[in-house]
Amino acid sequence: GAMECAVDAQSLISMSLMKIHSSRTQRGGIKLHKNLLVSYVLRNARQLYIKEKYAEIYRMQQYEEVMAVCSGIQELDPLEPLEPQGAEDAEPEQPYYRSCCMEDQFSQNCNKTTVLDLDTHVVTTVENGFLHQDCCCAAAPQCAPGAAARKRKVDSAACSPDAEEPSDYTAGRKRLKREECSGADCSPDASNISNLISIFGSGFSGLLSRQADLEQVCSKQALASLGAWTRAIVAF
Amino acid sequence: MAGPGGDMQWCFSQVKGAIDDDVAEADIISTVEFNHTGELLATGDKGGRVVIFQQEVENKNLPQFRSEYNVYSTFQSHEPEFDYLKSLEIEEKINKIRWLPQKNAAQFLLSTNDKTIKLWKISERDKRPEGYNLKEEDGRYRDPNTITALRVPILIPMDLMVEASPRRVFSNAHTYHINSVSVNSDNETYLSADDLRINLWNLEITDRSFNIVDIKPANMEELTEVITAAEFHPLQCNTFVYSSSKGTIRLCDMRVSALCDKHSKLFEEPENPSNRSFFSEIISSISDVKFSHNGRYIMTRDYLSVKIWDLNMENRPVETYQVHEYLRSKLCSLYENDCIFDKFECCWNGNDSVVMTGSYNNFFRMFERGQRRDATLEASRENSKPLQVLKPRKVCTGGKRKKDEISVDSLDFNKKILHTAWHPQDNIIAVATTNNLYIFQDKVN
Repeated sequence: GAMECAVDAQSLISMSLMKIHSSRTQRGGIKLHKNLLVSYVLRNARQLYIKEKYAEIYRMQQYEEVMAVCSGIQELDPLEPLEPQGAEDAEPEQPYYRSCCMEDQFSQNCNKTTVLDLDTHVVTTVENGFLHQDCCCAAAPQCAPGAAARKRKVDSAACSPDAEEPSDYTAGRKRLKREECSGADCSPDASNISNLISIFGSGFSGLLSRQADLEQVCSKQALASLGAWTRAIVAF
Repeated sequence: MAGPGGDMQWCFSQVKGAIDDDVAEADIISTVEFNHTGELLATGDKGGRVVIFQQEVENKNLPQFRSEYNVYSTFQSHEPEFDYLKSLEIEEKINKIRWLPQKNAAQFLLSTNDKTIKLWKISERDKRPEGYNLKEEDGRYRDPNTITALRVPILIPMDLMVEASPRRVFSNAHTYHINSVSVNSDNETYLSADDLRINLWNLEITDRSFNIVDIKPANMEELTEVITAAEFHPLQCNTFVYSSSKGTIRLCDMRVSALCDKHSKLFEEPENPSNRSFFSEIISSISDVKFSHNGRYIMTRDYLSVKIWDLNMENRPVETYQVHEYLRSKLCSLYENDCIFDKFECCWNGNDSVVMTGSYNNFFRMFERGQRRDATLEASRENSKPLQVLKPRKVCTGGKRKKDEISVDSLDFNKKILHTAWHPQDNIIAVATTNNLYIFQDKVN
């Protein structure tokens, strides 16, 4: 028959997880060699999956920035009706997407495991009981807008520093962020936030140049999340 | 006149095994090995059985057809076992058979499944004693009152009987699945290799073995590679090699230290970055490693190619042969149907001038090293007339398919030749399809 096969990352991930799962019931016991090779495919597919997600996230981030700048500009025009509520209300419904991989501070909330639903064959990331279709973290929206707000401050030359918070909501969130980050437990978080800022703050080219770093962090996290599987595989 | 396979023209000689297409799983051949003279040919199967064929000597002088191989001995080597502690079933499938060089009238071979290695003695009996004092010929005891004279039993000829008896059982030394055994040239020791460890045994001693390689990481989550095959050097009793799932070969010298974790040589070719894919790690895993008979070269088989390495050059192979490069674009489908995990073996001919390995659709490939010629042949019932010359096959990779060519999409991936063997001296080859053993010989001109 024709040798057609969908070479997309998600189907490879689900295929690989199926193989690992079915190897447990195979005669002769779990084959270490085969499972090791499957875990490599799983890692490769996850790396691509995460990369693609990042690209998607970044595209959405840029869109949101543009929208925020536009709404900020509109704010300054007294003749135009205010639509900050409308624009800003959109924000909390779309939390700032960020791969949980980047944010260690969410690790308590963000115990991620990639799982395959054997009934529906859908790959999902389970986070502490919260189900996400993507590798997104909506656990702590407080810090996220803060980062984006600071980005606006840096990049949006059209906005004066004082006029960057068009809505009370955003200002409130930013203040919350400042309070949060004054605590001692924020020190590891601060470096993560600044990493994120420096990546997103330098524009798309910045993201590209740091892509290698991103991949490294993501792949480490991806491999770590494989830990559960490898533990299961090598349960001798 | 030289044929497409070089000066060799291969003819069908024999086929062993059931004809029907419904293959019983137990009959799937899992290993094939000639002994050191080529007189005996052993096969192991998934059901734990060993079948030994013997070459008939009488017809050897007839030029038009070489002697045939007929069944010599059949025995059950391994049985399925259950490890109650780990709740694991241990398959009886014979992973490898290796013959010992002959020392006396009997023949010895090592056969192994995933966990246990056994030394089998195969001996002939062609005489039996007759004329007992106390027993009748049928074994019943005679009435002592009728015994009035004494007589000495005499040995009389009988039909040849071949007996196989297990002389040694080497067990409980491997936590992981055994993939190789190799007899040392000293004829006293042998090695056995599993995914993570290699052990050295004395053929006489079953309750002890020395661990000479251990690549198990302290934390199993850090595992990145496993051992896939191992073999002793054919002439130097201190040297052995082992291959890994990462495509590397390590040569070790047992004189350097007791634990050979540090290799003496590391053979590795850097990956071609343009070939990078999801499956790069899988297709670079080495499935077989074999020393040449003269001990100067190593041959390795990975999913798509055969490589020949010079022992004196570690950074790249001296020769690379593409077995079925047309499969590179099909790797995803081959991953889906698990074919990408197939472990193909490879073998040298007697004078190390030709190498052979199997492929799909019951094709097998031969590469003539000096002549830079290669051939694709097929083992099939359709080409099984006595002394029928094998026609070379060709796979069409795209565009117009010529007559007699077969397109990649028509290949039968359930028909795979994983195990092949070459007679140590003559041009006789044994090729195992799923459950049949084909024997081909070079046409004598």
